[in-house]
Amino acid sequence: METIAKTEASPFLEVKNYRKRFGENEVLKGISFTLHKGEVLAIIGSSGGGKTTLLRCLNFLEIPDEGELYLGGERLFGADEKVKVSDARVREKRLHFGLVFQQFNLFPQYTVFKNITLAQALLARQELARKKKAFAQARKSAPKEKRAQLKAEQKKILAEIRANQRSSIEQRTLALLERVGLSEKKDAYPFELSGGQQQRVAIARALALSPDILCFDEPTSALDPELTGEVLKVIKGLKSSDSTMIVVTHEMEFARSVADHVIFIADGQIEEEGTPEEVFGSPKSEKTQAFLRKSLEELF
Amino acid sequence: MSFGEVTLELLQGFGTTCMLFALTLVLSLPLGLLLGLASMSKFKPLKVVVRVFIWVIRGTPLMLQIIIIMFGPGLLGLHFSWPSRAFAAVVAFVINYSCYFAVIYRGGFESVPKGQYEAGQVLGMKKHQIFFHVVLFQVFRHILPPMSNEILTLVKDTSLAQVISVGEIIFVAQDIMNNIYVIYPLFYAGVFYLVFCGILTLLFGWLEKKTKFYKV
Repeated sequence: METIAKTEASPFLEVKNYRKRFGENEVLKGISFTLHKGEVLAIIGSSGGGKTTLLRCLNFLEIPDEGELYLGGERLFGADEKVKVSDARVREKRLHFGLVFQQFNLFPQYTVFKNITLAQALLARQELARKKKAFAQARKSAPKEKRAQLKAEQKKILAEIRANQRSSIEQRTLALLERVGLSEKKDAYPFELSGGQQQRVAIARALALSPDILCFDEPTSALDPELTGEVLKVIKGLKSSDSTMIVVTHEMEFARSVADHVIFIADGQIEEEGTPEEVFGSPKSEKTQAFLRKSLEELF
Repeated sequence: MSFGEVTLELLQGFGTTCMLFALTLVLSLPLGLLLGLASMSKFKPLKVVVRVFIWVIRGTPLMLQIIIIMFGPGLLGLHFSWPSRAFAAVVAFVINYSCYFAVIYRGGFESVPKGQYEAGQVLGMKKHQIFFHVVLFQVFRHILPPMSNEILTLVKDTSLAQVISVGEIIFVAQDIMNNIYVIYPLFYAGVFYLVFCGILTLLFGWLEKKTKFYKV
């Protein structure tokens, strides 16, 4: 019953006909898919098939040549928009998505804690600057004799906001660290951590901005085999009704157990899609069958 | 001329040397950063112009550049003269060293992995925020050794200002030599450089140690 209700509701994310070429090489040849809120989508396929490019396009690290993207019913991207989108707009759009990289890409000069707080703190600072500007405007329109008093009051409010921001960022970060099981590594530098721990920090960092959709680009491919488990466990633990995730992965077992929906991409196109049971259990396409057979062989 | 008098005169010359050094450094570090960024610009014409400029400056002797800056405007028939010869020397040094620094900066920026910029981008940071909060420190740490090299070279290159008779320490030493017919003031001047460079070396060593709190 519940699944029917889910499919009938309009999708949270809708990607239509994404195409991307680099020079002569067409990497995405028209990718369309939908995703519901709270669902986990696994994207599988052999290397060079366009999986990573697709994720990068979703995060606006690459701009697709063709296609549209709808998020929560709102049109977030359309390649046909003639006007060049401003940098600020792109950043706004990006904040809907989070991305965890294969190579973690933590900031090496900052502690684990600062890695997670940096972006939050910068956003908070911008908010404060906006507030300051509005306050200055309000002072200008106030009668002259009241300005000094107003200024003192505003100063108090700003200090309060700043303190609130600080403590909320700190609490949030500590909670995230706990969630990825790294509370005791708060003051460590990335180089002092194992690959698995670094990737867990990267996950916490991406979660810190509460993106609508969290993307993982082969999160365990750069890890030693014995470290993949801890990272996959954390990702599994994130699964809940309101967190929507897209995972590009080579871990078939993981995709099968976590995903609600699986897409197999080959040569820039969706070759097959469906529930994990459908794609792994009874693949229809020959390419999918060959790919699954091969990844099974690698396992044994 | 007693040893004390020689010391006093050399100290005065060394003051000029330090002035040339400090002004050049303060001006060419930021200018070099701008040139370095321009040499990586996505706007092709700018990139080409800057790279050609850097090639010309690095490809010709500094001594020649000092002479051209000093006398060039006059030779071109312009009604223009530098406020002082030292001023012209500083201008030449700044142009020259900005170009060397530009290349060092570029190496620094290129050493920062693309993933660092992208991590900043997906976290919604603005370009300047990525530059100042993510990239700049990594660049700074990376370029410290080549920078210290170049800056030590600058200490000694200031002596080239003597070609336009700026009274820096070597110029003064030679002057004394010609007056009292002894060679030791020249060697004595060398000691000033040695001590100055020693202090700078210690300073850079300390900075390098301070920035080595993480590994990559």
